[in-house]
Amino acid sequence: MPEIEAAAESLREQLKKHRADYLEARLEESQTSHITYRGRGLESIGRAAASGGNLRALVKGGWGFTSFNTLEDLPGRVAMAVEQARSAGHGKSRLARVAPVTDRVPDGVAKNPVTIPLAEKKRRLDEYNEIIWSTPQIQTSTIGYTDSHKRVIFLNSEGSFIDQSRADVTLRLTAIAARDGEVQQVGLSLGSRGDLAAIEGLQGQVGEMARHAVALLAAPQARGGEYTVVLDPVLAGVFVHEAFGHLSESDFVYENERLREVMTLGKQFGGPHLNIVDSAAEPGLRGSYKYDDEGVPAVRTYLVREGKLVGRLHSRETAARMKEQPTGNARALSYRYPPIVRMTNTYIEPGTTSFEEILAGIREGIYAKNWYGGMTSMEMFTFSAGEAYMIRDGKIAEALRPVTLTGNVFSTLQNIDAIGNDLDMNQGGGCGKGGQMPLPVSNGSPHIRIQRCLVGGK
Amino acid sequence: MEEVLARARKVAEEAEVYRVSSEETQVRFEANRLKQLQTNQQTSLALRIVKGGRIGYATTTGTGDIDTLVASAVETAEFGTQAKFQLPGATDYPAVAIFDPAVEAVPISEMIHLGETMVTAVTRHTPGIICEAGASRGVIQVRIVNSRGGQAEYRKSFFSLDIEGNLIEETDMLFVGETDSSCHPLADTRKLTDAVLRQLDLAKNKAAVPTGPLPVVFTHHGVASALVMPLMSAFNGKMVLEGASPVGNKMGQAFFDKKLSLRDDPTLEFRPGSRPCDDEGVPSQRTSLVEGGIVAGFLYDLQTAALAGTKSTGNGSRSRGGLPSPSPATFTIAAGDTSFEDMVADIREGLVIEQLMGAEQGNILGGDFSGNVLLGYKVENGKIVGRVKDTMVSGNIYKVLKDIAAVGSELKWVGGFLQAPPLYCHGISVSSRG
Repeated sequence: MPEIEAAAESLREQLKKHRADYLEARLEESQTSHITYRGRGLESIGRAAASGGNLRALVKGGWGFTSFNTLEDLPGRVAMAVEQARSAGHGKSRLARVAPVTDRVPDGVAKNPVTIPLAEKKRRLDEYNEIIWSTPQIQTSTIGYTDSHKRVIFLNSEGSFIDQSRADVTLRLTAIAARDGEVQQVGLSLGSRGDLAAIEGLQGQVGEMARHAVALLAAPQARGGEYTVVLDPVLAGVFVHEAFGHLSESDFVYENERLREVMTLGKQFGGPHLNIVDSAAEPGLRGSYKYDDEGVPAVRTYLVREGKLVGRLHSRETAARMKEQPTGNARALSYRYPPIVRMTNTYIEPGTTSFEEILAGIREGIYAKNWYGGMTSMEMFTFSAGEAYMIRDGKIAEALRPVTLTGNVFSTLQNIDAIGNDLDMNQGGGCGKGGQMPLPVSNGSPHIRIQRCLVGGK
Repeated sequence: MEEVLARARKVAEEAEVYRVSSEETQVRFEANRLKQLQTNQQTSLALRIVKGGRIGYATTTGTGDIDTLVASAVETAEFGTQAKFQLPGATDYPAVAIFDPAVEAVPISEMIHLGETMVTAVTRHTPGIICEAGASRGVIQVRIVNSRGGQAEYRKSFFSLDIEGNLIEETDMLFVGETDSSCHPLADTRKLTDAVLRQLDLAKNKAAVPTGPLPVVFTHHGVASALVMPLMSAFNGKMVLEGASPVGNKMGQAFFDKKLSLRDDPTLEFRPGSRPCDDEGVPSQRTSLVEGGIVAGFLYDLQTAALAGTKSTGNGSRSRGGLPSPSPATFTIAAGDTSFEDMVADIREGLVIEQLMGAEQGNILGGDFSGNVLLGYKVENGKIVGRVKDTMVSGNIYKVLKDIAAVGSELKWVGGFLQAPPLYCHGISVSSRG
C-alpha cells in the first residue's frame, strides 16, 4: 500500500476522536517532469517526486494548520493542529453543512503524461525551437514545459474520505527578437488536463509568434489614453478573471462590512448582455475537479447574470458566514498550504455578435490579443496584451508594441458594449493569490468590445 | 546524503547532493482578528550528476527513495546540457552571520501580541479599516556535498512582520501596507505602522493628474514595483550570454546616470537573502553591477560562467527546486544625497509612486514598464496634495535611469531581498482618466 494511503487509514479514527469543532487531513503524492530551453539548447530537464500532508483544525472559529513531508508521528501532528486552533479561536466555529462523501476519482487521462519518456516530449519541443530559430532576426527563445500527476487523499472528522487524482500539462514558448539595443518578445501559453495532444501540431502558431516578435521591433508604441478596445477571447478571459473574478472570491468579502454592501447580490455591474460564470464542473478543463480541497462537490456558479451580481465563490466557512450555499471553491496549491477561495474555469458566456460587427463602426481603437499577465487590487486592475493593433475605420490596421490596459471594476464592466459569439477557453494560465501560485485555472470569453478603456503608452 | 552521493558516484562521473530543510511558524490575522496559526516543515533533496559529460537532475521530498532519485537523474542526463563547469572542491567560506537563536525562542504569544499591536495601531488611527497582519519565524538549514570533496553547510533564521489595511468608502478602495524582515527577531511594530499611518494620511484627499510627461518620485516600494524586475533580468549572466540583455555588451561603459550604483551583496549580516555560499557551494561575494553609472559586472552561476569564459559570482540559485540558475541574493541600489522631502519640494506638478500594479507584465527584457498606480500621490507646488486613481504610468527603465534627477538618501529594505532609496525621475509618461 502506498504510504499516503496507509497514513490516511491510520488517521481515520484519530480525526473522529479529537476534541476540535472540525478536523481534516490532506495527504498528497505527486510526480512532475520539466523541460526548459534557453536559446538553442536545453537549459534544464528533470524529474521530481514529492509527498507530504497536512492537518487542519477548527476550534471556536480559529484555525490551526500544520504541514509536513515526513509521515512520522501523525498523532503528534494532529494534537499540534488542534492546539494551534485552540490558541487562535475566540468565537464560534461556522462551516456550511456538506454531506460526508466517500469517493475515488481517477485522473481521467489515457496516459499519465509524467511517465512518457522525456525523449519523446523533447522531440516535440526541439521542433518548435527550430521553427523559432529559423526565423530571421530572432535573438533567442525560451521554452518551458511541465507536466504533473497528483494524487490527493482528503479525509475529515465528519466522515468524508475522498481519493482524487489529476494530471496537468503546461507549455510556454517565447520568441525574443533584438536589433540595435531594442528587445521585443512574444509568447504563447497552452495547457491541458494531462493530454499531450493539446501541445501538438503548433508549428503554424509558433512560426507566426516568432515572426510577430521580429515585426514588433519596427512597431510604434501606442499613445496613452482612452480608447475603444476590442479584446480577443484569450485576453478577454484574463480580463474577466482579473476584473471581476477575484472580487467574487468571498474570503475577501465575508468579514468586510463595507465590501459586503458594495457586493450586494442584485447589484447591476454590466449591461443585460453580460453573463459571467465560474465552474469547476465543466469536463476536462484545467480548473475542473469533482471535489474541492474541503471535500465539497464542484458546481456551476453564475457570478453575473444579465448584468446583475447573482453569486460568488465560497469555502465552507465563507458560505456559512454569509448564509449562502457552498460552491466548492476552496483550493490549495499543495499540501503545504491551507485551502483558500479560488476561481476554477471562469468565462463570459457568448452573445450573438460576430467579430466583424464588433469591429464595425470603430473609427480609431485598439485590438488587443493574447496575454502577458494581469493583476487586480479588487477595484482597479491591469492586464497586458501580448499583441496589439490599431483599429481604423472598422478594420485591423498596423501592429503596435504590446499594451497594458487598466480599468476600474465599477465602470469598465458597464462599458462592455458588445459580446461576440465565439467563446474560447484559454488553458495556458495560472493564478496567484496569497502566495499560492501557479494554480491551474482556465479563463475564457468571446471577443468583447469595451468603450473608454485606459491604455498605457507614451 | 552521503549514501545518495556514493550511489550516484557509481553511475556518474560527478555528483552533487543538495538538501534544504525548513521549519516555519506563522501567526495570521484576518479582518482585524487572530485567525490562524500555521506551521510548515519541509525537507527536499536534489541530486545533480554529470554522466557522459551531460547534466542529469532529479529531486525528491518526503519519502522518495534513493533508487528512484538516482534513476531519474540518469534518465535526464541522456539529454542534459553538456556540463562545462567543475564542482567546487573543499574551500573556505566567508563568515556571514545569519543565524540568531533568539528567533526560535520567540513564543507564539509574543507573535500574537506583535500582530495585535499592529492591528490596533492602524484601526485606532482609521476606524472602519480592515487589516490583515502576520508574524512569521523560522529556520532554514542547507547542506551541500559533492564528488570533488566540496562541503558546505549553514543554518539561517528569519523573522518577518507584515500588515495590510483595506479601507472602503462606497466603491472607492484603498490598500496600504508595510513589511519588515530580518534574521533577528523583530519587535519594533511602530516602524511598520508609522509607515502605514503616513500612507493613510497622504491618501485622505483625492487629486487628479493630467495626461502627459510628468516628474515622478518612486518611493522604495515604487522602485521595487516598477524598476527592479527589468534590472534583475538585465544583469543575469544568462541573459547576457544569450545577447538578450540590453546591458550585455556595455561592460565598462557609462550606460546609466552617474548617480546610480547597483550591487548584489549576500555577505550583509543578518539579512534573509544573505548566505556564506550559493546553492552550488560557491563562496558568497559582493558583486558590483553598476558603479557610478558604469556597467561593472553580471551575476553568474557555475555553468553560465563557464560558458561565458568567466568565474561564478556565487549567484547560483535553485528557485522552485530546479537546476541552479543565476539570481541576485541581496540586491542593493546605493543611496544618494537628496532627501525625499527635497525631491517632493522640487516638483511643481508631478507624482509620488508608492505601488505600481502590473508593471512587470510587459516587455521586461526590453526594459519597458507600464502599470496602474495602485498607491500614489499628486504633488503640487512642492507638496503632496492627495491620492491619484485610475492613472497609468509607462516608460522604459533604460531611458529613465539614464537621466535621474536625484537619488534618495534614505535606504530601506523592501521584501527582505532588495535595498533601495527613493528615485526622482523626469518625464515619466502618465495616462489618466483625469
